[in-house]
Amino acid sequence: MKKTSIPCPSPLTQLYRQEVGDYPKFFKMDVLSRLGFLLTERLVGTDENRFQPREDRAVLVFSREGSIANDRHYAESMKDFPSPSLFVYTLPNIVAGEIAIRNKYAGETSAFVMEKYDEEAIFALVKEAFQDPVTQSAVVIWADCPSDTLWDARGWLVDREEL
Amino acid sequence: MKTGIVGTGLVTPLGNTPDGVFSAVREGKSALSLHPGFPEPFFASLLPRPAGREGFFGRIALQAAESAIREAGIDPEDPSTGLVLSTIKGEIEQIDQKDVSLAATAAHLAAGLGVTSSPIVVSNACISGVAALVQGMRMIRSGRFRQVIVVGAELQPPFVVTGFQSLKALSPEACKPFDASRVGLNLGEAAAAIVLKADEGDWELVAGAIRNDANHISGPSRTGEGSYNALRAVLPFVEKKDLAFVNVHGTATVYNDEMESIALGRAGLTDVPVNALKGYFGHTMGAAGLLESILSMKALEAGIVPATRGFSQLGVSVPVRVSDKEQPAIGNSFIKLLSGFGGVNGAILLRKGGAR
Repeated sequence: MKKTSIPCPSPLTQLYRQEVGDYPKFFKMDVLSRLGFLLTERLVGTDENRFQPREDRAVLVFSREGSIANDRHYAESMKDFPSPSLFVYTLPNIVAGEIAIRNKYAGETSAFVMEKYDEEAIFALVKEAFQDPVTQSAVVIWADCPSDTLWDARGWLVDREEL
Repeated sequence: MKTGIVGTGLVTPLGNTPDGVFSAVREGKSALSLHPGFPEPFFASLLPRPAGREGFFGRIALQAAESAIREAGIDPEDPSTGLVLSTIKGEIEQIDQKDVSLAATAAHLAAGLGVTSSPIVVSNACISGVAALVQGMRMIRSGRFRQVIVVGAELQPPFVVTGFQSLKALSPEACKPFDASRVGLNLGEAAAAIVLKADEGDWELVAGAIRNDANHISGPSRTGEGSYNALRAVLPFVEKKDLAFVNVHGTATVYNDEMESIALGRAGLTDVPVNALKGYFGHTMGAAGLLESILSMKALEAGIVPATRGFSQLGVSVPVRVSDKEQPAIGNSFIKLLSGFGGVNGAILLRKGGAR
């Protein structure tokens, strides 16, 4: 099982330039999606035949705070002119969608919210996701961002055989 | 192990009992109407507001769950009772006043119901309700829980309404799913709950799947990829002659309904009746998967495919059989289909005839 994490604070755009560099959509993303995106790049960057469309890999994202950091930005924009580009990130699952789009993953993508970071609880749900017979591996993300500058971000790449 | 349905509960603008709400649907009723906006007016199906709005989300979620628990006759305090909450924006209306995290909302709901296990929130955009039922089924199949209370609820505060207005996704009149003149969706408020239990109940949640389009975060796939793949995952569990209808997402946006028709066509379902319920309730987001499943169950129990309110002339490129008026249902099963932002699509298959 591969594991990675992004310490807080970290310069995310600098990490992007060092570790990725070829996906300018990154700059449109909210902090939650940026964290999920960067974690995933580290987990799957060396995959063979990367970017071949596949349905057998799930993306499962977990947090306590969901999209609250961006929700506050959208709420702020409402006072002036509600921003559609901020509004689309007011969903905790958009990060999973961004990862699926980047990597052409047509499998399951799910977003869960739980009371606190609890590896046992997360992996109970991950294991249950493998009840889908199509799913052979999963990108698992815990990205909890109460604000743009405060987060706990960890990722795992899990194969069916490892559970 | 089979996953049965042993209790259902609803809070909607058309009533608060599954039988009552189903009767209203058969009569063609809808609470869709014009509301003063923030600042633009909008057409939506809203619940009557009590004087104090604080805690309203918690109250409707609790009421729907308590009805379902009462019917199911289960003990919420039993450690083998799980709780799954399906919502997109929960209590976002109070963003400036309190902790509006969905985790806090779920903990509050669990405490109100007396549930002692840790609740989990499924917040998977507009497919949350279907995804939450899939999650509940998995929790039973894994043996972690004997019964799971799945609750979906959504309110439509200015936060959400202005967002959809900014996306220009709202229809200025009652929505028209799959119709040639459809121009957008209506938002709706509701709470709905289903209690799942191992090897009991008159209905079985047979199968479910979630698939991504891997295409765009806020627009559906032009090929219906994810919706088709979700359908493809549940179809092996039903013979076509037993499939009474597909209850589609049918938001009445130009792109959603077109995408769904393509997915249904690719799945070989152009000869199966299709119906949508958004014309009665609007898009109830986190409640939609549960609300629309419960009404589809009632419809099949009554032996009918409900009419698609708002539909008159087919306006999608694939000739799907949209049910314009109520018709007899043939078969014991239906598929509930949803799609949402983030490219997610979900399908579940439900069968009447028992999970014992």
